[in-house]
Amino acid sequence: MNLFEVWQVQQHFGGIPVLDNITFQVRVGETFGIIGPNGSGKSTLIRTMSGLLKSSQGEILLYGKPIGSYRKRDLARLIAVLEQEGIPPLSFTIEEVVAMGRYPWLKPLSDLSHLDEQIVEDVLKNLGLWKLRSKGVNTLSGGQRQMVSLARAMAQQPKVLILDEPTTFLDIGHQVLVMEHVREWHQSQDITVIMVLHDLNLTSQYCDRLLLLAQGHVQSYGEIHDVLKPETISSVYKTELIMIEHPVQHVPQFLLTSK
Amino acid sequence: MCRIFMEQKLKTKRILWISGLSALLLLSLVLSVMIGSVHLPFTLSLKILLSHLPFVDLTPTWSLAQDAIVWDLRLPRVFLAIVIGAMLSSTGVAFQGMLRNPLADPYILGVSVGAAFGAATSMLFFRQLTLLGYFTTPLFAFIGALLSLWFVMALASHHGQRDRETLILAGVVVQSLIGAAISFLIAISGQQMQQIVFWMMGSLANRTWLDVGMLTPYMLVGFLYLSLQQRDLNLISLGESAATHLGMDVEKKKIRVLIAGSLLTAAAVSVVGIIGFVGLIVPHLMRLIVGPDHRILLPLSTLAGAIFLLWADTVARSIIPSREIPIGVITAFIGAPFFAYLLKKGLRRRQV
Repeated sequence: MNLFEVWQVQQHFGGIPVLDNITFQVRVGETFGIIGPNGSGKSTLIRTMSGLLKSSQGEILLYGKPIGSYRKRDLARLIAVLEQEGIPPLSFTIEEVVAMGRYPWLKPLSDLSHLDEQIVEDVLKNLGLWKLRSKGVNTLSGGQRQMVSLARAMAQQPKVLILDEPTTFLDIGHQVLVMEHVREWHQSQDITVIMVLHDLNLTSQYCDRLLLLAQGHVQSYGEIHDVLKPETISSVYKTELIMIEHPVQHVPQFLLTSK
Repeated sequence: MCRIFMEQKLKTKRILWISGLSALLLLSLVLSVMIGSVHLPFTLSLKILLSHLPFVDLTPTWSLAQDAIVWDLRLPRVFLAIVIGAMLSSTGVAFQGMLRNPLADPYILGVSVGAAFGAATSMLFFRQLTLLGYFTTPLFAFIGALLSLWFVMALASHHGQRDRETLILAGVVVQSLIGAAISFLIAISGQQMQQIVFWMMGSLANRTWLDVGMLTPYMLVGFLYLSLQQRDLNLISLGESAATHLGMDVEKKKIRVLIAGSLLTAAAVSVVGIIGFVGLIVPHLMRLIVGPDHRILLPLSTLAGAIFLLWADTVARSIIPSREIPIGVITAFIGAPFFAYLLKKGLRRRQV
């Protein structure tokens, strides 16, 4: 069953085409990766799929209904988005920011119920943020802030999690930490995960299927082994690469070679 | 098992702070009524005030003149200061929250001067619109405020992006332009010139219960609307796209909140002229003390703004005997250095 159906989507900004004739599907319950070089339109695609941008042409269906037909609040109950920059350095505490994830579920003008607070508490404990909960977000490191961002998304209890380069500003420890928590959440709650990633080695380890974008076009689309081919990747990223197999997980990994 | 009880903690904090500041406001009210060219003792002022409340029966130990000083001269003015301070301060909170810019204030963004232009226009040319009566000037002020705000926003935004210094610069541009237009109006106005000049500088002198009454509907509508937006103001601090992803209709909300703030500003300006910086100083101080949560920041800034302007006006009317200093001068003396400090702090943070 398909969660997202993207049909011939085009996106122009001021007459300049950014996405051209994009067609693909995301299945319910999978982890779907979107990769491509800088400027290939990954973020624009994500922003269009999450309802932030309207597509210039084509159609995006979520559970068979056009994405534009959802009310903002209903969309927020289905989709949570983790942005690249994470949370700005606010003086709100961690628990306050995580509680904002409950917003789409609150009735107008009502406070958090006990159930809402229980959800926030569980998420904080689950992600190891419980002891830090009264700290201001502005006192945290980039890695911790991304964890708070993830916690907020979890409190939102969506069916779909969209991540836009969630690991870009993180050290390797936090990269794996964030990805592992996403995977655990994916497996325990059966959510669908769509992520834009820069790091091809993380991509191959965490994604089921991939979409490779180049200059606003679909370059390649399908299973990991069909998309991550050394000749394709080398030509799209315009760089020399060596592909090896991960000794434990048996997925493709890439090594960069200096000239 | 430990629970977090976030809402409970917030409610307790809110009740404590609101009762504390309300008590301070009441005390300030009585103290301010005492102060003036004729000094009245505290208990006497209190008794006179209480005697006007329903169901309070006190045998007068005071003269009719004393009663008139308290009830007809000082109290309307005290009330006006309270209402205006609350309006300007809550507008500051709303603007800063919605625009995610700690320097956004109705005065600095040129909304006040736009309102003043609208009000001056109506005072000079449209006195005779009896159909609208007392509401002519506020209506024109509101239109002026909206136009100048729209102009500032359009000037400062580039592909939907706005950085904080650009917004301030746009405010300066609009202020100079509309300021010149007002000067022009004043120059051609002839007889009414003095009256308008003094009103422009911001003053609460010679106001009556009628002025307080005229402000009330605007105040109620503005406060009611803003008080329903506290959670949304929190959400928007995460950023506009994050707030959208959490189900908020950001564009719609922003326009509405800015309109509500302009309404409050316009009503205030049309009665007391331009009083700057209240919406900048008070919310900033309250944010330092109680934190960024608008569910507590908005009500407290409203109360604190009332207290602040009440004392500013008390100083304005009593610091030099038998002379009145425009209150806008007092708030600018405090506010401009404060603005400089905030600007410097912002620049320093950017360097790090």
